Amino acid sequence: MKRRGWIDALFIFPCAFAFVMVIIVPFALGIYYSMTDWNGVNPIVNWVGLDNFRGMFSEPQFIYSFLITLMYTAINVVLVNIVGFSLALLVTSRLRLRNIYRAGFFVPNLIGGIVLGYIWQFIFNNVLVDMGQVLGIEFLQKSLISRQDTVIWAMSLVNTWQYAGYIMMIYVASIQGIPGSIMEAASVDGAGFFSRVRRILIPMMASAFTITLFLTLTNSFKQFDLNFTLTNGGPAMRFMSKPIRSSQLLAMDIYRTANQQNLMAQAQAKAVVFFIILVIFSLTQVYLNKRKELEA
Amino acid sequence: MSQFESAANKRRPRGEGHSPGLIALEIITMLLFLLFMVPFLLVLLNSAKTAKEIIFSPVSWPTNWGQLWQNVVTIFNNPSTDYLGAFVDSVIITVISLAVIALFSAMCAWALVRNRKRWSTVIFMVFVAAMVIPFQVVMFPLVRWFKIMGDTIGFPLLGTYHGIVFAYLGFGCSMSIFILHGFIKSIPMELEEAATIDGCSQVRTFFEIVIPLLQPTFITVLILNGIWIWNDYLLPLLILGSAGEVQTIPLAVTAFAGSYLKQWDLILTSALLAMIPIIVLFLFAQRYIIKGMVEGAIK
Repeated sequence: MKRRGWIDALFIFPCAFAFVMVIIVPFALGIYYSMTDWNGVNPIVNWVGLDNFRGMFSEPQFIYSFLITLMYTAINVVLVNIVGFSLALLVTSRLRLRNIYRAGFFVPNLIGGIVLGYIWQFIFNNVLVDMGQVLGIEFLQKSLISRQDTVIWAMSLVNTWQYAGYIMMIYVASIQGIPGSIMEAASVDGAGFFSRVRRILIPMMASAFTITLFLTLTNSFKQFDLNFTLTNGGPAMRFMSKPIRSSQLLAMDIYRTANQQNLMAQAQAKAVVFFIILVIFSLTQVYLNKRKELEA
Repeated sequence: MSQFESAANKRRPRGEGHSPGLIALEIITMLLFLLFMVPFLLVLLNSAKTAKEIIFSPVSWPTNWGQLWQNVVTIFNNPSTDYLGAFVDSVIITVISLAVIALFSAMCAWALVRNRKRWSTVIFMVFVAAMVIPFQVVMFPLVRWFKIMGDTIGFPLLGTYHGIVFAYLGFGCSMSIFILHGFIKSIPMELEEAATIDGCSQVRTFFEIVIPLLQPTFITVLILNGIWIWNDYLLPLLILGSAGEVQTIPLAVTAFAGSYLKQWDLILTSALLAMIPIIVLFLFAQRYIIKGMVEGAIK
């Protein structure tokens, strides 16, 4: 077929133009701004080299945000996938109402993190505290999101509730792609339930794990909405003898550095570091998982 | 349906009849399901209470369901946040962005697939590679750049519908092109060649032959982008501003919760209002939504 070049160019143009204007140019500007004294207002910016980068690694809040983001990501990757996988096993069995269960587990995923954050803030601060008082459970009497030792876990709990159903559906799709005869054969050969899951199911689902681990890793690392409305970074605590906010994940730290402290260039430098770490983590994860896929 | 039924075997010795174990499993799953639904129930129950009643007991059954309507009216009549306006704006922004993303991504993906040259591969790879760029790296320069562009062309991009739709096209097209690219590759060339021989122009071939074939893939693209755009918070906040003329539901909910601190009756009712459209949509299009989101992830 003879194609007209100018028509193809016209077809590519709208996306390419928007893409360049919305991602490529701001991305390049962002990297440039991170090495200047940009303050968001003054059009004249001066080159400061790597000064913005040096500062952040001695800033208690950034170090703490970094550490809890790693912790939060690790907890979520484990929790969401275990819950999602277990739910997938349940809803692919011969349960009568399995389709209703699937839909129910999946629904929280459709509601935005902003709205969910408020709902769970209410649950943690009012419902659970009330229940703790009525039932005499001391652990619940002080809100779990107002204590620095439980706040990250509380956020992970909400994230798991929100995200496990989605991950479950990916596992379900993968399980349904495995021929039932293989499982039956193993069963006839005397393999129990857990050995069938471990030796047959999990290896055959290797490519699904690459996807789910990638999704949970990147989504937890980039978490903002839920963090913003559930805890808004609180409660306060001391770290390296400075007052800091104990549940302020990296994405929120970047946002607040710019919005509350008006340190645009520093926020941009943090964002660049954030980007580099995210790329390293996700590439490593995909590489390791792909290797596993080949082994299986 | 799946042939896989190992989970059903969990609680029963092999070879035995399947009822007792399966019933136990059904009960466990049912309890888990109910546990997952509790937050929604709590929102509904407390949306039908006054602030006092909530403080008194956040888990009790409401005494008067008419209070739910009262709370809705209070929210709609609230002077500082135009809730209905935000709803309309959210619909407008989501619908137009989706139309623009679907059409332009399909055009772009088709042109890239059908030109098997080095340049088309490079463009495609750039689109795909950009998917790893997190929003946080581009958000502040984006606002600055939109301001500069708007001032230059004398046509503001910040605080406007076209500005945010343009931004959504930029952010949404990478993944959409990626998904559509994968599907278009599987469409046999012969189909389009036959159309050309019959005298169909390139543009008409696309709109009359290719677009109808893309329909299942469009559903995936629309659902993935639709849920993201409808729930998105940071981009509207930065492009539209928290007090601008154009608002979206997530912006209205935060503005509302910010001005009615701890007034849980109203905050939860506003959360309920924000959730209803999506849940209704889900009830009607459940199969497509689940399929769309899973396929989007797997590709």
